[in-house]
Amino acid sequence: MIGVGRAKQNLNVVDRPLGKGKSEVSLSAFAFLFSELVQYNQGKVENIAELEHRLEEAGFGVGIRMLELLCHRDKANRRETRVLGILSFVHSTVWKSLFGKVADSLEKGTEHEDEYMISEKELLVNRFVSVPGGMGGFNCGTFVAGIVKGVLDGAGFPARVTAHFVAVEGQARPRTTILIKFAEEVVQRDARLA
Amino acid sequence: MRASLRPSDPAASPAVERVNAELFTLTYGAIVRQLLTDYEEIDEVNKQLDTMGYNIGARLVDDFLAKANITKCTDFRETADVIAKVGFKMFLNVTATVANWSSDNMECSLILDDNPLVDFVELPETCQGLSYCNILCGVLRGALEMVSMRTEVKFVKDMLRGDDAFEIRLKLLEHVPEEYPYKNDE
Repeated sequence: MIGVGRAKQNLNVVDRPLGKGKSEVSLSAFAFLFSELVQYNQGKVENIAELEHRLEEAGFGVGIRMLELLCHRDKANRRETRVLGILSFVHSTVWKSLFGKVADSLEKGTEHEDEYMISEKELLVNRFVSVPGGMGGFNCGTFVAGIVKGVLDGAGFPARVTAHFVAVEGQARPRTTILIKFAEEVVQRDARLA
Repeated sequence: MRASLRPSDPAASPAVERVNAELFTLTYGAIVRQLLTDYEEIDEVNKQLDTMGYNIGARLVDDFLAKANITKCTDFRETADVIAKVGFKMFLNVTATVANWSSDNMECSLILDDNPLVDFVELPETCQGLSYCNILCGVLRGALEMVSMRTEVKFVKDMLRGDDAFEIRLKLLEHVPEEYPYKNDE
């Protein structure tokens, strides 16, 4: 295999073979990096809304790339066109490759037709985080909400995506719910396709 | 290059939980993009990445010492070996080669063929001066400083800039004597 390393380096990034996505790094490495991301952004903002906005933006960039990657790798370039299809893609395929497991639950909002929720008992990014009392409802899960938004947006399903803590009875730590509210045109299109 | 987890491997002890490397890679990419947007000068971005790395290194060293099954290093050569074989393996799941020792044993290179930080990355024309993985230099510097070694760390070869490998130059400046009472972090 002489010169393999060299060839890899000379190839344009899009000509290189796409890995299987099975390689891993330590959870600590990710946790430290994520903590720097949060702290760096914390130094750049005046209030929590801005901080959440910046984290969401960072996540968005990850989301659109994840969509492209997974579409090439797992779905033979096929993209979902229906709301339920893309949601289950996020809930299972995206979650599995990012966090190694399917999300705990995917539910439809009972009050609004255009709302869906993905819930996670212990979201990876919240695992080492305790939000200081003065910071109200700040949720690092906003980063994951950004990823979800990125995937949805990239696939043609613009939506507002937010992360919330939901207290669970009998458990010290709240679970995180990612609330997805689709844009009106998405709902209309889905009704038309039905 | 995929490394399997063997029980005999000290860096792959069950204490080390793992996450998908792509999440890590893309998150790092998001950080670099934010820095590029926030700072106008590439040099500033390099500096900021180094600072972030330093912060990480200062905390990461505790995690490392707690989990890695190692004893105190007797000299800088051993330190470099531990970083390359155990440290890189534990955190990034790659190993580095230690090479190019200076005659006084104060300087060496860590050579990486594989670097999970740069998957999917291509430096655009406008970012040619960017040391994309500069965070690693900061991590090494921060971690070593916590074990009383003041170092200078920089990339001398970078595959993103067309070199044949990643080469990090590690230079030991001095052993800082431990003082009591220990200083608080600034």
